[in-house]
Amino acid sequence: MAVQNTAMAEEVKLFGAWGSPYSRRVEMALELKGVPFEYIEENVSDDKLKSPSLLKYNPIHKKVPVLQHNGKPILESQIILEYIDETWKSNPILLQDPHERAMARFWAKFIEEKCMPPVWKALLGSRDERGKAMEEVRECLKTLESVLNGKNFFGGETIGLLDIAANFIAFWLRVIQEVSGLEFLTAEECPLLIKWCDRANAIAEHLPVECMPALWKAGWIPAENEREKAVEEACECLKTLDSALNGRRFFEKDTVGFVDMSA
Amino acid sequence: MDQMAEHGQEVKLVGAWHSPYVHRVAWVLKLKGIAYEFVEENLNKKSSLLLSCNPVYKKIPVLVHHGKPIVESLFIIEYIDETWKDNPILPTDPYEKAMARFWAPLIDEMLLEGSRKVPYAEEEQLEKQIQQVSEAMEVLEGMLKGKKFFGGEKIGFLDITFRWMTIWLGAIEEVAGVKFFNSGKYPLLEDWKNKFIGFHVVKDNLYPMEKLVRFFKKYR
Repeated sequence: MAVQNTAMAEEVKLFGAWGSPYSRRVEMALELKGVPFEYIEENVSDDKLKSPSLLKYNPIHKKVPVLQHNGKPILESQIILEYIDETWKSNPILLQDPHERAMARFWAKFIEEKCMPPVWKALLGSRDERGKAMEEVRECLKTLESVLNGKNFFGGETIGLLDIAANFIAFWLRVIQEVSGLEFLTAEECPLLIKWCDRANAIAEHLPVECMPALWKAGWIPAENEREKAVEEACECLKTLDSALNGRRFFEKDTVGFVDMSA
Repeated sequence: MDQMAEHGQEVKLVGAWHSPYVHRVAWVLKLKGIAYEFVEENLNKKSSLLLSCNPVYKKIPVLVHHGKPIVESLFIIEYIDETWKDNPILPTDPYEKAMARFWAPLIDEMLLEGSRKVPYAEEEQLEKQIQQVSEAMEVLEGMLKGKKFFGGEKIGFLDITFRWMTIWLGAIEEVAGVKFFNSGKYPLLEDWKNKFIGFHVVKDNLYPMEKLVRFFKKYR
């Protein structure tokens, strides 16, 4: 049917959080397919601050993202991505070949289970844990380098499910590297992956990149004197962020995830 | 062209007889009438085939089709469904599919992680484990309301995903002296479990209850 996209676009709502890679994945997919949707920003720092709708649609985990399509909620970013691909057929993000699909799903799960947790451990873990975690992250990235196998995107010539699922690596990891000084992704070990990051970031629209490092710095720099400056920078950024959000509903409270801006 | 002839060559299932994950893939292959070779793995001494097919996790099951490996039981089932399109297992409606994909791994974890240690657990741990299994069974009981199977009138993805529990939990009940199914708390699940007794495809050597009971007792 020629007007399939319009016919399906009756009511699409995304409950998300701007700082969440999981939430961003769903936005990317909807934007890629040109699906109009209403975005509701959730304050995920506290269960009590979450909207009643979110708690109703995701009572088990109470997490974002939740996609609501014509009143029906779909949970878990990977599942939402596949749902979007099956419902809106333009710019498919999954290939047709069953083996390619199985591989994309496998590697997406690999990124979540094996790559992301050690990044947090490398940052926030105990001294003993940190070294080992770094190694783990590097191994994961080397694996992904070989999975990419010289292609432009994991999906081949165009962005696919795995490229979207790997958004944490394309964007967040670089921010974390900048803020923490830890070198996860090196040109030495993962030259192709680094080039892929540039390509992926260029295509996907991200919220102001400049803000992320400041907010992260304010969140965990332990030294008192440095912290004040970091918070100041972060506040400036939030003002930019606010205007860049372009009429999206932003939370009224002065809390941004782990950073308390109430001072 | 006959679908079987086109796709049916060279399908290997690498696994171990006691694994619920392997069991459900085997069941799907049987349901779809796909001929395959079963390669039994000794998990204490993993074969080079397994290690080369699943270098990341080194786990079973692995389906090898035309020399290409596919891993993770739920992904394997989706692969089989997409390759051999007769008798679809996953729902065709995207929303129903999303729901099936959501519940399968979640309940899996609750059931498997909850029950796996029950034969060997100390009393405190045991209570916690039983609680976890009960929570999962309650969700499943709720999902069966008004339905013959999780898939509706016919067996679907969730029926296949959780069918292993009818035998696995049965064996654990016997070994550990606990009550899951036989507690009387889940009449719909009890009914559903009994539906499989008649299935001819169920009478396979892959998963005999007595063998499983002996297996658990050995490691107790």
